[in-house]
Amino acid sequence: MTSILSISLSAILINNFIMSQFLGCCPFFGVSKKIDTAVGMGMAVTFVMGLASAVTWLINTFVLVPLGLNYMQTVAFILVIATLVQFVEMFLMKSMPSLYQALGIFLPLITTNCAVLGVALQNVQNDYNFLESVVYGITGGLGFTLAIVLFASIRERLDASAECPKCFEGFPIALISASLMAMAFLGFSGMKIW
Amino acid sequence: MSFGKSLKEGLVTNNPVLVQLIGMCPTLATTTSVINGVGMGLSATAVLICSNIVISLLRKIIPNKVRIAAYITVIAGFVTMIDLLLQAFIPSLSASLGLFIPLIVVNCIILGRAEAFASKNSVGKSAVDGLVMGLGFTLALVIMSVVRELLGAGTIGGGAITVFSQPATIMILPAGGFLTLGFVIAVMQKLLKKGE
Repeated sequence: MTSILSISLSAILINNFIMSQFLGCCPFFGVSKKIDTAVGMGMAVTFVMGLASAVTWLINTFVLVPLGLNYMQTVAFILVIATLVQFVEMFLMKSMPSLYQALGIFLPLITTNCAVLGVALQNVQNDYNFLESVVYGITGGLGFTLAIVLFASIRERLDASAECPKCFEGFPIALISASLMAMAFLGFSGMKIW
Repeated sequence: MSFGKSLKEGLVTNNPVLVQLIGMCPTLATTTSVINGVGMGLSATAVLICSNIVISLLRKIIPNKVRIAAYITVIAGFVTMIDLLLQAFIPSLSASLGLFIPLIVVNCIILGRAEAFASKNSVGKSAVDGLVMGLGFTLALVIMSVVRELLGAGTIGGGAITVFSQPATIMILPAGGFLTLGFVIAVMQKLLKKGE
């Protein structure tokens, strides 16, 4: 129980995927112009990260390790993730059209989100068991959602009211606000439970 | 298009990181020292050249519907090779880049060039495109890492020369990464406007 709690807290706040590990920056900057889409993207990423952690753990433990194919991890994991995303998309389209409407456009983007491949590789590196891997995947996704939603709400304000030098407009000023946010997240870095 | 012209495009006017704004994760994460930045840039360049050549060779065979999966498989193959080569010959670099070597697979620049260029052009042109885009990526990483290393660690050239002894450590932490990239892109936008 202790390890699950500390993994969750670490993934959401202390080692936040975006703010301290730089995993998943592309969607973080690409899909953070509005809060609604940021929430949708966060949910989709959380879902896929949880699922991908479970599937890649099973494949790694029952296929790659017994066959001595550890060096094929990167290739195997990215194929699993790409297939998984495709299946999730097809499944949602058929059975939950309303959820598909909300998440649909984000799903293809998730294949190339490095947070998803990152979480699969980290699970192996950290020797997590099945439950720990799934928890790390889901809470990592929640951390991503937290960061992207906070960032989107800052950007909405920025676009509406901020005045800045011409060459800083758009992307540079967004990066600088992200920097200030990362500084705030730095405050969690000394935190420890047990 | 001449080589000089495409080189200028890759390095400056259409630089993948500073103008196209893709490939952010490695740019932010691996630029804490010049050695890491150069190592990451050249590894990605090698993968980009190889994958562009292979994808260009296979462009008439790969069915359109599964092309993204096929591209990713080709890229993942080359990334695994680079990963193993680095582990064998430059273990210190491999250790400091860590997770970000396998993550070259999901670097948007490589998949982006495969989709936008190599799948439509001849082998020679694709190889040149891979080289100039890779160098543009490396250039951006070098600019970022020189600034961050100087301010954040107080050294130049991967710890070779110590300039000052009380550096602003924040610059090699994540917050400094976002800040530096913001300023570098702002300068780039200013320069490109002037050049027009």
